[in-house]
Amino acid sequence: MFDDLRDLYQEVILDHGKNPRNFGKPDGFNRTARGDNPMCGDKITVYLTLGSDGRIADVRFDGRGCAISQASASLMTEMLKGKEPKEAEALFGAFHDMCTKDEEEWTDHGPLDEEAMDKLQVLSGVREFPMRVKCATLAWHTMNAALHGDPVASTENAGF
Amino acid sequence: MTRPATLLSDAPVTSNAPYDVERVRQDFPILTRLVHERKGRPGKPLVYLDNAASAQKPRAVIDAMSGLLERDYANVHRGVHFLSQRSTDLYEATRDKVAKLLNAPSRENIVFTRNATEAFNLVAQSWGRTFLKTGDVVLLSYMEHHANIVPWQLLRDQTGIRIEVVPVLDDGSLDLDAYEKALKTLAVKLVAITHSSNVLGTVNPVRQMARLAHEHGATVLFDGSQAVVHRPVDVQAIDADLYVFTAHKLYGPTGIGVLYGKKAVLDAMPPYQGGGDMISTVTFEKTTFREAPYRFEAGTPPIIEGVGLGAAIDYVTALGLDAIQAHEQRLLAYATERLREIEGLRIIGTAPEKAAIISFTIDGIHPHDIGTFVDRAGVAVRVGRHCAEPLMDRFGVGATCRASFGLYNTEAEADALVEAVKATKAFFG
Ligand SMILES: Cc1ncc(COP(=O)(O)O)c(C=O)c1O
Repeated sequence: MFDDLRDLYQEVILDHGKNPRNFGKPDGFNRTARGDNPMCGDKITVYLTLGSDGRIADVRFDGRGCAISQASASLMTEMLKGKEPKEAEALFGAFHDMCTKDEEEWTDHGPLDEEAMDKLQVLSGVREFPMRVKCATLAWHTMNAALHGDPVASTENAGF
Repeated sequence: MTRPATLLSDAPVTSNAPYDVERVRQDFPILTRLVHERKGRPGKPLVYLDNAASAQKPRAVIDAMSGLLERDYANVHRGVHFLSQRSTDLYEATRDKVAKLLNAPSRENIVFTRNATEAFNLVAQSWGRTFLKTGDVVLLSYMEHHANIVPWQLLRDQTGIRIEVVPVLDDGSLDLDAYEKALKTLAVKLVAITHSSNVLGTVNPVRQMARLAHEHGATVLFDGSQAVVHRPVDVQAIDADLYVFTAHKLYGPTGIGVLYGKKAVLDAMPPYQGGGDMISTVTFEKTTFREAPYRFEAGTPPIIEGVGLGAAIDYVTALGLDAIQAHEQRLLAYATERLREIEGLRIIGTAPEKAAIISFTIDGIHPHDIGTFVDRAGVAVRVGRHCAEPLMDRFGVGATCRASFGLYNTEAEADALVEAVKATKAFFG
């Protein structure tokens, strides 16, 4: 019955959705933001710890949401550690393109962590499900808001 | 296309024939369509269980609206010409039909608005600004739709009224003891509570609530959006001062809603918006307004939608709201029992008196994922917060799945929902 949902709900997503990595509020974070998807009720908080070298020393999150949004948040936390904020933003931009645009329309976001982009491919299935794009990008919007010192990210204002 | 002959006549007499749901389904063109058709793969029959969000329209409504546009359309209330008169008659006939549907004393009790939401805003800004002062209490409940919360918050910020909220018990019933206590102990001037919850299905004991409120000198406003669609409603028996519903959930079109008000209540309310149609005379120094309900209907009204609503009321009254209620109650019992087969499924809202609305969650699977999966099986349900965030918080859930049944739904469709949910569970393991 669900054959064409297997592209969206791949094993990796089910796994991260069920057992999210880096879940829970850490001690000693220094940036945080709350993300809200009013349409479906997903809520997450992202906690960033920026090291003295300006790099992202730690990322964690908590909150609840669907398998897609939890998996996306979990995958994100795995790949941002050690990155400069600029690199994280570039990844966000490229991932956002991947979820929302045809490949010809992707824009140049600067040098990218290609390995991370490969991993993020598992979420690209949301492009076929416009209602679910916000689920996949909520954690990233929230991370981006935290980096910029905004307390709240809402996908309603995210301009899709 | 033939024009429906009943457009101007009284609603057809209710028949005593048994409820023939298959016959009823033939009146709704959309129910024959398939969804998720792809090349080389047939689609799935539509199983529409999102009626609480908006109901589908019978052929009679579609024909009444296009019939008006093809033959009878002109602006209303302002022309001497043939079509304007014709259009006015058709549009105003709906006011009589609504009055009859609600058993209102007269057509003058019926104000047309854009939807339920606008009716609440109208009451808050017109009645509220006139009769409520700083510190007066508006009593809401935890099961209110945002449409009956936010207008009061806007008023609170303008005038300093207080908003108090009646709790909901674990089974989804309103806490009537707390309700009575609030009336006894607080300066409650207005009770604004739903007749039936769009999430829990709970039907509140509105007669008793109105009586208690009146004993304590409070005015009552009920949200009938989820009530008029499922059961006969008699605003005089309830003794509602104000009563609101929205047409698109009653198998009518979007763009029109209803505010019922007792004559004395409406007469005491100043206009909400200004413009054409609501005035008697206008000079730059002074304008005098028309009597209620017209005073509240500024500008060209939703003419086409009004005619559509009239046809929808004819349709449901011909089937009989008693018969619709009995059919839906059978479905509710059946679907509830079948959903209970599913391990880990929790039904939110199990009050003794319920409309055919079932909200549920499943351990370990987010409602949003369930919604996406059952949709692939052709089953349309709503997932999310249902414009009732405080209620979600009350039950400790971020969101639920909601299956809401209408007059055309069948037991086979309840089975389709159950099978799709079971398959979803199997997928997530
Ligand atoms: C109980 C209840 N009240 C009010 C509304 C608002 O209706 P509308 O959006 O048509 O104004 C709804 C529907 O969404 C509802 O279910």
